[in-house]
Amino acid sequence: MPRIVSITLQNTDTARPIIEAITTDNPGAVVHDYPGIVKIDREGSLIIRRASVEERIGRDWDPQELHLSVVSMAGNVDEDDDYFSLAWSH
Amino acid sequence: MPIVALDPGYAEKIDVRDREENFHGNIVVYIHWEDHLSFCAAMAFPLPPDMPFGALLQEIIPTYYGMHPDFPRIDWPAVRWTIDGREVTPDPAASLRDHGVHHKSLIRFRTPGLTGFRGSGS
Amino acid sequence: MNAIGKLGLKQRYALLTRGLDWEPSYQPRDKVFPYAAFEGIKVHDWSKWEDPFRLTMDAYWKFQAEKERKLYAVLDSFAQNNGQLGLTDARYVNAIKLFLTGVSPLEYQAHRGFAHTGRHLPGIGPRIAAQMQSLDELRHVQTQVHTISHYNKFFDGFHDWQHMHDRVWYLSVPKSFFDDARTGGPFEFMIAIGFSFEYVLTNLLFVPFMSGAAYNGDLATVTFGFSAQSDESRHMTLGIEVIKFLLEQDPDNLPIVQKWVDKWFWRGHRVLGLVAMMMDYMLPRKIMSWREAWDIYFTEAGGSLFEDLARYGLRPPRYADVATAEAEHISHQNWAIFYQYTHAAAFHTWLPSDEEMDWLSEKYPNTFDKYYRPRLEMWREMEKEGKRFYNNGLPQLCTTCQIPMGYTEPGDPGTICFRTSEFRGETYHFCSDGCKDIFDDEPEKFAQSWLPVHQIFQGNCGGASVEDVLRWYRMNLGADNMDQAGSPDQRQWDAWMEARRRVAG
Repeated sequence: MPRIVSITLQNTDTARPIIEAITTDNPGAVVHDYPGIVKIDREGSLIIRRASVEERIGRDWDPQELHLSVVSMAGNVDEDDDYFSLAWSH
Repeated sequence: MPIVALDPGYAEKIDVRDREENFHGNIVVYIHWEDHLSFCAAMAFPLPPDMPFGALLQEIIPTYYGMHPDFPRIDWPAVRWTIDGREVTPDPAASLRDHGVHHKSLIRFRTPGLTGFRGSGS
Repeated sequence: MNAIGKLGLKQRYALLTRGLDWEPSYQPRDKVFPYAAFEGIKVHDWSKWEDPFRLTMDAYWKFQAEKERKLYAVLDSFAQNNGQLGLTDARYVNAIKLFLTGVSPLEYQAHRGFAHTGRHLPGIGPRIAAQMQSLDELRHVQTQVHTISHYNKFFDGFHDWQHMHDRVWYLSVPKSFFDDARTGGPFEFMIAIGFSFEYVLTNLLFVPFMSGAAYNGDLATVTFGFSAQSDESRHMTLGIEVIKFLLEQDPDNLPIVQKWVDKWFWRGHRVLGLVAMMMDYMLPRKIMSWREAWDIYFTEAGGSLFEDLARYGLRPPRYADVATAEAEHISHQNWAIFYQYTHAAAFHTWLPSDEEMDWLSEKYPNTFDKYYRPRLEMWREMEKEGKRFYNNGLPQLCTTCQIPMGYTEPGDPGTICFRTSEFRGETYHFCSDGCKDIFDDEPEKFAQSWLPVHQIFQGNCGGASVEDVLRWYRMNLGADNMDQAGSPDQRQWDAWMEARRRVAG
């Protein structure tokens, strides 16, 4: 069975640049649109890069701002100043 | 295995909530009509253990199951009964206790030839 | 910028957690943490704890304050602008009645549970995370009380939700679930709520259902739902870290943790059957079927998770296959329970329209037309003849989950599943092997179950007649209960819609 990691974000103005950064930085990511939310799945791992989001919104962005938009996730979390990632480790 | 609890005496201190003596002389009896799942579950009744089985047939079952379209067509002598899994032929004059019905017994009945609305089991 | 500001996130979080803990000097550790040992869990080194989210207190307050500002702006605007007029249909409100009376009190229970657990976990990392979660849960119940407050102005059934939570037969299902978790030790609570409920199952509760609220014009619910869910991701991650940590600490923890995973998966599956019915029967505009939600959020997401945990020897929960098979049946069986006991529930029911039945046939090709459509059609015929089908008896309840025993044998949807156990000379009844196993492992605990039907028979619920009991529940008879058609809610809604048509000319 494929090992899918997943993140679900609200479908809002705040979240859209993050969604765009994810789809650009994670080839093969599959985007599902549901009312009010967007679920992004990818096999194995998925990363959100600070620089990619900042490029899109034109200001400093702290990866912890993700807390304002996230709805759900699946995978083990790793979080630092420059990225937020999800992965299945084995 | 003994229950895992902070208090080593826990198992002795519990209050078994549905003991027979809490039901004011009644026992709880469950009744279920097979193949008629429009009645979503077996029904529970608090009944005196000395009640004759005939009272189930005459009063309780018609009151609670009578609205089903299959009900008027039941051939009562052909109905098959189990009490807690044992097949029984009920004696209307004998009591529930005489039939081996005890606190929290389950009585199931099957009505041959009748399997619910359009045979769907409902 | 001050010195703290120059540190990296990982260092800042280490200062908050490891740096703030201390060794007690005038009390032994086992007196400070008296609940840490009795469950048999062995922890050798709490410093090995990995913090899932590294949210420092300043960041926590900053983000939570931001979420609250957004949330209350929306709730206020919903109230000011009479947002209830924008709902798809008055029937929708019944799903929210069940959610707000069934689930919101659980948020408060979770607040208390995590406060208690946070106090009693000897490790500082999880202690801080549990404390933050406790605050989150309090925030959730508050946001939901604000939503209740608005809906209560216009619709029946919301007025006495706390009183009802402790008494009403179907609310006893979620209540007893959480009472069970909170009366376990701190480690069982973390596996029960932190892992099994938050990680494995809450997605099914919040994600598709809240998306359904978004689809049905319920801005208030979407907003509190997604705001709560943004905390939930942190909670889920705490749950998965707890299980990994316990399994890494000592091989003797595996059988204990496995038993809890088995128990709490099954307990959660039973409680979520209420959500199944909300999605399949109660949303006027449907988003996905329960079966589809189960496939995405349990089979697929849970599959990856348990594959990841297999390296510790943990296997997927026992009876996961049975639960997956039940996803074809559970919403139909639960709706049938509420339809026939509509006189005893504080929300309204109805029979699905032809269009809705066709949707159910399409979503449940293996089961709906064969088993459930005929049942609904029979009731429809009876309604037409003026003989609306009510169950006039009280149902047999499962001792463990407390739900009426309306579930069927695995592989045989025509036969009710009956299971029994004996304990100290008494018989106990269960709806499934899952519920029986849970009882058999802790009969002393479940022999104390407050089963609503037996409590009525014992004379503890206000009287012997159904009406006495409903008054004791503080239901407003003729308003809160019975069919949607003919209810005061429906009349009010029709008047609103008529006024709108007049204005539109």
